[in-house]
Amino acid sequence: MRYVDEFRDPELGRALAGEILAAVEPGRHYKIMEVCGGHTHSIYKYGVDDLLPANVELVHGPGCPVCVMPMGRVDDGIAIAARPEVIFTCFGDMLRIPGSDGTLLDAKAEGADVRMVYSPLDALRIAKQNPDRDVVFFAIGFETTAPSTALTMRRARMEGVENFFCMCNHVTIVPPLRALLDSPDLRLDGFIGPGHVSTVVGARPFEFIPADYGKPLVVAGFEPLDLLQSIHMILRQLAEGRCEIENQYKRVVPYEGNLRALEVMSEVFELRPHFEWRGLGFISQSALKLSDAYADLDAERRYSVPGVRVADPKACQCGEVLKGVIKPWECKVFGTACTPEHAIGTCMVSPEGACAAYYNYGRFAREREVV
Amino acid sequence: MADQATVSDREQRILGIIETARAKRPKFKDAQITMAHGAGGKATQTLIEGLFVPAFGSGALEAMGDAGAVSVDGARLALTTDSFVVKPIRFPGGSIGELAVNGTVNDLAMAGARPVALSLSLILEEGLPADDLRAEVEAIASAAAAAKVEIAAGDTKVVERGHADSMYICTTGVGHFDARAELAPSALRPGDRILVSGRIGDHGTAIMLARGEFELGAEIESDTRSLWPAADALLEAAGPSLRCMRDATRGGVASVLNELARASTAAIVVREGDVPIDPAVAGASEILGIDPMYVANEGKLVAFVAPDAADAALAALQAVPGCEDAAEIGEVKTEPPGMVLVETAFGGKRVMDQLVGDPLPRIC
Repeated sequence: MRYVDEFRDPELGRALAGEILAAVEPGRHYKIMEVCGGHTHSIYKYGVDDLLPANVELVHGPGCPVCVMPMGRVDDGIAIAARPEVIFTCFGDMLRIPGSDGTLLDAKAEGADVRMVYSPLDALRIAKQNPDRDVVFFAIGFETTAPSTALTMRRARMEGVENFFCMCNHVTIVPPLRALLDSPDLRLDGFIGPGHVSTVVGARPFEFIPADYGKPLVVAGFEPLDLLQSIHMILRQLAEGRCEIENQYKRVVPYEGNLRALEVMSEVFELRPHFEWRGLGFISQSALKLSDAYADLDAERRYSVPGVRVADPKACQCGEVLKGVIKPWECKVFGTACTPEHAIGTCMVSPEGACAAYYNYGRFAREREVV
Repeated sequence: MADQATVSDREQRILGIIETARAKRPKFKDAQITMAHGAGGKATQTLIEGLFVPAFGSGALEAMGDAGAVSVDGARLALTTDSFVVKPIRFPGGSIGELAVNGTVNDLAMAGARPVALSLSLILEEGLPADDLRAEVEAIASAAAAAKVEIAAGDTKVVERGHADSMYICTTGVGHFDARAELAPSALRPGDRILVSGRIGDHGTAIMLARGEFELGAEIESDTRSLWPAADALLEAAGPSLRCMRDATRGGVASVLNELARASTAAIVVREGDVPIDPAVAGASEILGIDPMYVANEGKLVAFVAPDAADAALAALQAVPGCEDAAEIGEVKTEPPGMVLVETAFGGKRVMDQLVGDPLPRIC
């Protein structure tokens, strides 16, 4: 595939791995967080971590929008999906995220009309094809997917589609990063910045990380060479005593972001005063809801939902895992009460979460260290 | 230092707990059936090992092969059954009728049995156009003729509109165990080579695109075909050096490899760059966020061959019509037992795990 294979060249990968090895200080342990779930996925898919020296550790951050969805929100979604007049639409990977009593897939098995879509426009099309049903789109994602939801809502309004509603769960990336950085026990040396989010918001919103917290951040692309190069850029900053924002993903990310996308978002959404994150708790101004101008398309205002806050289980230590304070296996419930089949915390929910990965691949990782 | 030692002791103990839990026969505890139970991954395995096998307690089922062995008056016969519920019933490269014949024929062939006869059950939805049925009957007849099997028994049921999606088909097949075959999943040995009979992921991708859920215009056809000619060629070329064969249907090549790694407690290492794949399938998978290793095939087998016969087996396979792209994709090793590892084309290594349910596209 052109424009893709060039960024997956194994020769260049080996060369970059050599440069990374040369950039690390022997005896120093580096912890670098990749903020975005898409990066975590690429790291596993291509085995990028396998090419890093043993003293460079990647920590999976809070940037997987399905993993951070709290149980109460899933419960609310299921309550809406269970209404007979509703066709409930959402992205595929949301279907398996557990609420307090099962997943959307379970609700589907119990008779709810739950359909997987690839884009909010697919959901709008379903609404037009089923004028006698209410079609609800369960919107999730960071600033990456929020513009497409916003454009779809605008189109629904323009076309006068009256049976299309949105349950908005869009979240924003900066507040959880700030929450992590404010934590006194944080043990991170630098950040691989979220490339997709940055195509929308630009690199500027991350300036506070080097400025206020003294940690370098490199906005990175999603191909394996992008990731290796970004890790190298972070290590170089650390070696040279620099601390700044760098943009490795210049071919896609403009420093100022995408102004048209930001404009449609500000028309359709407004900030929620606070939102709960699985594993991280309540974070103020960290999520979006439909603005008053779109109130009539807001599923949360149309249906009464339980709106019950379901607390993360007390024993769950996802917060500490996310901050890099403890390793997955040091959590009290890891591998016993919390397993991939019956996940308690956000890090076990998605197969790419730090705990699920360790559960599945821990033995393999251990063997690699011995080698 | 003392601290370090205690920490790693604890880590070892926790990893030990996980391994014990994973090695246990899974218990079926779900309150209801979900689509995941039919997807061929962990949930399906729980259903089979946790409910069916204990209930029926039959030796043939315990072996967990594609086909069971039954002795009738001294003759050993292979018996298998399969249901087909594909939607849409016609898709580029094939149709439900063709699948119903080839799917069952292939389960026999993978057990090293020459397919002899099939039974055919049709469950038809009220209102199904007669022409659609006629077309499927013709497809069944020509696939059966091509695979040289006789349709020896049949049944028809009609259910009310809305109770079946156009039509469902169930076929049961009987085969004759080939004298050259000494196949068993437990027969894998370190050093064995892994062959695949052609480009992977065509069928699943063709079906996904035929459902019209995404606007991707790619010409990808299902690979449905009888695998007996391929099995026959492998048996002839490798004889007892052919350890085991599986057709990589639901759950794809990844699921077959995981099943066999578990059954043989060997490690399987796959070289991603050597796996043959149609560029259109690779492109569609890239866009949809799906790994083609988990996508269904209906005419591709994975074979394990002892190293001395591997080259001859591959050459024999490539000479079979439809298997020209066959390739060697990996090797059996000892460590880590029961796991499948992938050497990525990029040069890294990772675990290729069993699916939990259907492969779901990722959003981020």
